[in-house]
Amino acid sequence: MKILIITEQRGGKWHTASMEAVTAAQQIGAQGADVIGMVIGGGVGTLADELAGCQLKEVLTVEHDLLENYTPDGFTHALRQVIAKTAPDFVVMPHTYQVRDFAPKLAAGLGRGMIGDCIGHRFENGKHIFVRQMFQGKTVADVVFAGDAPWIATFQAGAFRGDMAAKGSAKAPVNSFVVDLQPEQIRMKPGELFREAKQAVDLTQAPILVSVGRGIKAPENIPLAEKLAHALGGEMAASRPICDEGWLPMDRQIGSSGQTVAPKLYLAMGISGAIQHVVGMKGSRTIVAINKDQNAPIFEIADYGIVGDLFEIVPALTAELEKSKTS
Amino acid sequence: MKIGVCVKQVPAKDAPLSIAESGKWIRESDIGFETNEPDSYALEESLRLKEKHGGEVVAISMGPERVKQTIKEALAKGADRGIHVLDENFYLLDPLAAARSLAAAMQPENFDLILTGLQSDDQGFGQTGVLLAELLGRPHATIIMQIDASDGRLKLKRELEAGWFQWVELPLPAVLTIQSGCNKPRYATLKGIMAAKKKEIASIPRGSLAVADTITEHVERIYVPQKSKKTEFITGTPQEIAAKLVEKLKHEARVL
Repeated sequence: MKILIITEQRGGKWHTASMEAVTAAQQIGAQGADVIGMVIGGGVGTLADELAGCQLKEVLTVEHDLLENYTPDGFTHALRQVIAKTAPDFVVMPHTYQVRDFAPKLAAGLGRGMIGDCIGHRFENGKHIFVRQMFQGKTVADVVFAGDAPWIATFQAGAFRGDMAAKGSAKAPVNSFVVDLQPEQIRMKPGELFREAKQAVDLTQAPILVSVGRGIKAPENIPLAEKLAHALGGEMAASRPICDEGWLPMDRQIGSSGQTVAPKLYLAMGISGAIQHVVGMKGSRTIVAINKDQNAPIFEIADYGIVGDLFEIVPALTAELEKSKTS
Repeated sequence: MKIGVCVKQVPAKDAPLSIAESGKWIRESDIGFETNEPDSYALEESLRLKEKHGGEVVAISMGPERVKQTIKEALAKGADRGIHVLDENFYLLDPLAAARSLAAAMQPENFDLILTGLQSDDQGFGQTGVLLAELLGRPHATIIMQIDASDGRLKLKRELEAGWFQWVELPLPAVLTIQSGCNKPRYATLKGIMAAKKKEIASIPRGSLAVADTITEHVERIYVPQKSKKTEFITGTPQEIAAKLVEKLKHEARVL
C-alpha cells in the first residue's frame, strides 16, 4: 500500500495541520505502507528537509513559478501529475481552507470521492473506516470508500497530534518532482494576501476567556458577559455569528476563521459548539458551558456543564465571584 | 447576469435529532426543516447581483418533496424561478453523485454564475460548489466575502485562515461559494410571498437525469458521538449553580 501526504505551507512556513496529516497517514499505513510526504509551492527545500526527518519512504518537492501563489487550477494540474506517477492508494491532507478549495476538484477530476473533515480513522475487519461529524457535530458517521483508489481523505485540525508523527531512524530521501504547467491553464488571477485590521487583542495569551454565542440574543446583552469577564479577570471572546453581527469586533472571534486558543479557563455562554468554533478552543484546560439546549455539542467537550438560562446564571455567577473576592 | 443559486433544506437548528432504524440517516418525522443558513447568504448575494446587474436568479434544491418549501422561500425573497431535483433518498448519495445530479440539472441553464453556501448544516460535506465547478468546466473561488462584477470578470474578496484575506480575479462563467455572515439576508415581504405563488418550480426526478449512481464512498452508520470528556453537570437554582461552579473552579479545576 502507498500513501501520499499533501502538506500545506505558505511562504516557507508550515500550516500547523501539516504534521497532523503526517500522523494521520502513518496511522492509516500502520499495517504496512510506503508513506510519501510531499511539499508543494515555491522555495520549499528547507521544509522538505524537515519533513524528511519523519518516518517516511520519500519526500517529494513540487516546485514551479506558477505554484508560488496558490490557485486551484495550478495545484490541481500539478497534483494530478504527482498522483498519476506515484499511484497512491490513499491521499491524505489536512482539512484547511486551502484544501477545501481544491481537494474536491482534484478528486472529481480523477472520478474519485473525497471523505472530508475527518476526525478519526479505524482499521476494522479489514476495512479503513473514516469518522466524520454530521449535523454540526450532533452525530458522527463511519464512512468507507467504495470503488478504486486513489482514495482522498482530509483531516480536521486537531484530529491527530502533529507532535506524535513518528520520526525516522534515518532521513528520508528528498526528491524533486518536475511538473508541467502552462500559464493558460490557470484561470484565476490571485492577488496579494492582506489583513483587515491589526490584531488589537491577542486572545492566545489570555488565561481566562468568556466567550459568547448566539444565545446572548442581542447586542445590549453583551455587558452581562463583560461584567462576568471583568469579575474573572478574563478577556471577552465570541463565536463567529456574534462578530459577523458586529456585536463584538472581529479580533475577538474564536474558531477556524478566527483565533485558536487554549486558556486555562474557557467559559462558553450560549455557544452551541459547531465544529468551526470548537476547533479554535477545544485545547482549553477547563471548559465551562452554559446552554439552554442539553443536547448542544458544546457539552461533549465541556468539563462543567450548566443547562439553563444564561440570563439568570451569568448574573448569579458574577455576583458569586464578586462576593468571594470581598470575603 | 443569469445566476443559479443552490439552496438546501436541513433540519431546524433546535430540532431534536434521533437516528433512523437504518442507521444511515435521521428520523425525519416529528422534526422541522429550514433553509440551510449558509445558503441564505448565497441567495442574498445572488439577489443583490441581480439588483445591480439585472438578469435572473434561479434557486435549485435537491431532496424529497419537502424541499419545495425552501425553494418557495427563495422565490418569496426575490428569486425568479426554481428547479427541484426530486429524490427521496438523496442522503444515500455521496458528494460527487449529488454534485453530478445538480450539475446535470443545471447544465442546460448555462448560468453565468453559480453560487452556493459554504457547507450544509446536515451532511456538512462542504464540497458541492467546488465539485459543480469541476463538473461544469468552470473556474471557482471559495469562501467569498465580496463580489465585484464588471466586463465579464469578477473581482472577489476571499477569506483565508487566521484573519487573512485575498483579492482574486476570475472570468465568467464561474462558481463561487459564499462565506456565511458576509451580508444580511433579507426577509420575505408579504408582496414577495404573494408574487412567489405565480413563480414556476420545475420538478425534475433525479432518476431522469441519466447520472450514473456509482458511489465513491458510503456512510456505514451514523451515531451519537461518545464523549471524549466526562462532563459534570451542575444543577440547582442560579445562585446554587454559581456557588457550586466557583467552588469547583477554585478547588477542583484550580483555575481561579
